[in-house]
Amino acid sequence: MSADTTSAIGPVEGTAYDVDNPAPYIEAPRKRTGRTPRATRGNFEMAAWLFMRLSGVVLVVLVLGHLLIQLFLDGGVSKIGFAFVAGRWASPFWQVWDLLMLWLAMLHGANGLRTVINDYAERPNTRLWLKGLLYTATVFTILLGTLVIFTFDPNIR
Amino acid sequence: MPAGTLYRGREGMWSWVAHRVTGVLIFFFLFVHVLDTALVRVSPEAYDEVVATYKTPIVALLEYGLVAAILFHALNGLRVIAVDFWSKGPRYQKQMLWTVVGIWVVLMAGSLYPVLGHAARELFGS
Repeated sequence: MSADTTSAIGPVEGTAYDVDNPAPYIEAPRKRTGRTPRATRGNFEMAAWLFMRLSGVVLVVLVLGHLLIQLFLDGGVSKIGFAFVAGRWASPFWQVWDLLMLWLAMLHGANGLRTVINDYAERPNTRLWLKGLLYTATVFTILLGTLVIFTFDPNIR
Repeated sequence: MPAGTLYRGREGMWSWVAHRVTGVLIFFFLFVHVLDTALVRVSPEAYDEVVATYKTPIVALLEYGLVAAILFHALNGLRVIAVDFWSKGPRYQKQMLWTVVGIWVVLMAGSLYPVLGHAARELFGS
């Protein structure tokens, strides 16, 4: 480079900024200020994401234990009948096990299907109806199952 | 593959697809299962009658399929948790998927006799 090449940087136009003449302050993009509208959705999606993982771990134990008892041990499915159910629900331990499994599995599955509907149903009306059907069926099934566990009567006949 | 798609193929996408499909199937089974169990509030006979159909060879095959779906969903779910929470999870996601598939194959082979044995005895005699 020869010495007479003019600098690529031109002279500063106007006055340079200094302590007495500060540059205008530019706020960081997306910074929350007093004028930013408050978030209206809260952290529901994050809570749902976390719930899927926490309930998933618990369900691995509850469901695989349930499968082992019902389909593998002691004759597998052949031994299942009213008497077998009565024997198990005589114990509060298995009542709590089944109740917890019912609630966690239904909520885990309902949230999974909600995600699937959100992904594939594009028309707002379709989404509304599918989710309405999903939530109705979920509430009905959870309540029915809970009622059955709590009101089970081994001497029904 | 269409341009601009989110679907990248390979282990990551296919395990995601399988997780979805098995999850939806298990959820639909769960509805039916709560309904059939609710029959214990109707009468012991009504419950035993429905459960008797669950002991037929064809339904035994469906039960084997249910075990297959639940085992994959459970094992791959643990893999998803590892990918999300373990710092090295994303790096080892492929190896973890093949570990899941390996454990799944072993468990499915081990489930053959316990789940389908009674159906085999019924079909081919003891």
